[in-house]
Amino acid sequence: MHKVVIHSVELGKRYAIGERARYLALRDVLANAMNSPRRILGRDRRTGENRGPQQLWALRDISFDIQEGEIVGLIGRNGAGKTTLLKILSRVTRPTTGFADVHGRMGSLLEVGTGFHPELTGRENVFLSGAILGMGKREIEGKFDEIVAFAEVDKFIDTPLKHFSTGMQMRLAFAVAAQLEPEILLVDEVLAVGDLEFQKKCLGKMSEVSKGGRTIVFVSHQMSQIRRMCGRVIWVDRGVINQDGPTLDVVPAYERALSARIEVNGPQEAGFSDKIQFLKWEFMVDEGAPPNVLQHFGPVSFRVVIYFPEAIRKGSYGILLIDDSGRIIWHGNFELSGLQPGTFEFLHRLPTLPIKPGAYRWKAGVYDGHQWTDGWWALPEMVVGTKPMTNTGDEFQGILNLHCEMEVRALESVRK
Amino acid sequence: MRGGQSSVALPPHSGASATIRIEPPRGFFELRLREVWAYRELLYFFVWRDVKIRYKQTAIGVLWVVLQPVLNMLVFTLFFGRLAKLPSDGLPSPVFYFAALVPWAYFSSSLQLTTNVVVDNQRLITKVYFPRLILPVSTAVSGLVDFAIGFAVLVIFTLAYGIKPTLTALWLPVLLLLAVFTALGVGLWLSALNALYRDVRYVIPFVIQFWMFASPVAYPASLVPWRWRWLYGLNPMTGVIEGFRWALTGQGRPPDLVLLASSGMVLVMLFGGLIYFNKMESTIADVV
Repeated sequence: MHKVVIHSVELGKRYAIGERARYLALRDVLANAMNSPRRILGRDRRTGENRGPQQLWALRDISFDIQEGEIVGLIGRNGAGKTTLLKILSRVTRPTTGFADVHGRMGSLLEVGTGFHPELTGRENVFLSGAILGMGKREIEGKFDEIVAFAEVDKFIDTPLKHFSTGMQMRLAFAVAAQLEPEILLVDEVLAVGDLEFQKKCLGKMSEVSKGGRTIVFVSHQMSQIRRMCGRVIWVDRGVINQDGPTLDVVPAYERALSARIEVNGPQEAGFSDKIQFLKWEFMVDEGAPPNVLQHFGPVSFRVVIYFPEAIRKGSYGILLIDDSGRIIWHGNFELSGLQPGTFEFLHRLPTLPIKPGAYRWKAGVYDGHQWTDGWWALPEMVVGTKPMTNTGDEFQGILNLHCEMEVRALESVRK
Repeated sequence: MRGGQSSVALPPHSGASATIRIEPPRGFFELRLREVWAYRELLYFFVWRDVKIRYKQTAIGVLWVVLQPVLNMLVFTLFFGRLAKLPSDGLPSPVFYFAALVPWAYFSSSLQLTTNVVVDNQRLITKVYFPRLILPVSTAVSGLVDFAIGFAVLVIFTLAYGIKPTLTALWLPVLLLLAVFTALGVGLWLSALNALYRDVRYVIPFVIQFWMFASPVAYPASLVPWRWRWLYGLNPMTGVIEGFRWALTGQGRPPDLVLLASSGMVLVMLFGGLIYFNKMESTIADVV
């Protein structure tokens, strides 16, 4: 009954690395042209293929079929090729090998607020962004009121976008995107930022859309989102499909692989590893709220539960907070003494945790004496869903998400 | 290769579902003009955006569009007409210069904008698909708004000098189209080149300056010896500007030979530009 809407056969994408740096300036090209004139006008395939070591396959042999109405999650580490695959499917870039047949109208959302212009008003930006995402003028006119209501910006709709707060800009951008109703929707990790309430609203809208028989391909680092949204997951690793199957099979395998990686690299993972067991961690939140999501600026309370089969006379327990790119954000180390066998919870309390929205992981470990006994990636991931206080553009975000006050005072003035 | 499937992509809002095949770039002739037509609504929005932003960002807005050719005309009249005493083919020199400066202003600003259009829209290009050809086309079209304002002033100005329009004015749309195609033809080459080599944009002001002196803006084409006239006509702006003066005032000889050479040249440039731009299109998102 179901029909295939995306049929991908051995898609591959090769980038020639270093190309940008090499040909950035025309004067270099002119100098190079002395040696090989053909390169001035376009790099043709012959020269492209002979460049050997400077090439990188971002994707290789990607084959899969996606059926109508499926919601497929695309997971993998940073740089695994997820976004490249999405860019090929959305036709932003073209593959080097293979092909994919797409049946049906396709829309893509690789970024929030694509095409927004600060000088234009909210209203004008709705039309512009809508058109760029593939909506017709009539369609946007018909949905305009809904968009404004969804974004909750009705009072400012005729003000230039540059006067909007970043939160308002985000909401407006999401609201336009949420109205996108193609038959196939490709979504990059655009929902990772923005405040949590609004994220939920968008996810809700997306699953609503999929009930109407639409197909969604969805990239995310947040396994909680993937679990909630997707029935099927494709796990991409180093440019190839590592596993493709039901979410219930693939996500745990992926999480195991993430944990396994540090175990393998850990200094002394053997020996005691079956002794102590990390059971869980969670924020101390109200009933019903997701226990791995931070929605406020503090104080932050969380607990880590660990089972000790044997007593620890004197040792220590350490916990690391690690961000998406593997940087250590915070490290706590605590003495342990006279611990009897049993299950213990470690209650932590931080005055504040002002880090930028996104996904993080905890790594916990225990020392018995000076001997490292065990370490675990404490899954699920920790998701920070606080409101961005500064710029929402990824490239300008630092590590801290802190509100800063500023006043200007003249110290000395030049008299004329 | 399996055939039979339509390779023209349709924007999501356009009616019937189509099947598209995503595959590596192949073939030399991929003009893809049908796709541009399918995305005409987005083209309209890009033009609308350009025009809005241009008039919002300048304090004096429309006035600037009028002032620019008028001030140029005054300078040209003073220096080339009065001081250098260049001939003006029997026309009053202000009319002679103004009739050239209005299409020239369109051409030079369109060329400049078109060259930068791919780089200026790089965020869009790396995030959303649409036929990239829409971008240079949209700048060439949005420049027409400025042109229309300048042209209105030009008509008033010509009438004020007591020059009545004749039937030759019917040629104006054709000449304008020639100017649009010239700007687009050259712009297609330059915008793709500029995406690959970022210093192309610094060369553009010089190109425009030299080009102006290679075109009959400040002097009449009649200064060029007759036997070189066909070569001179290979610069399409020669045909456009000479044609403009003739069509607007109805005076002088129709520049038929020059116009023929210009039109031929424009077609070659435009066709070549389309092929080159489309060839580059497949790599643009990877390099910008």
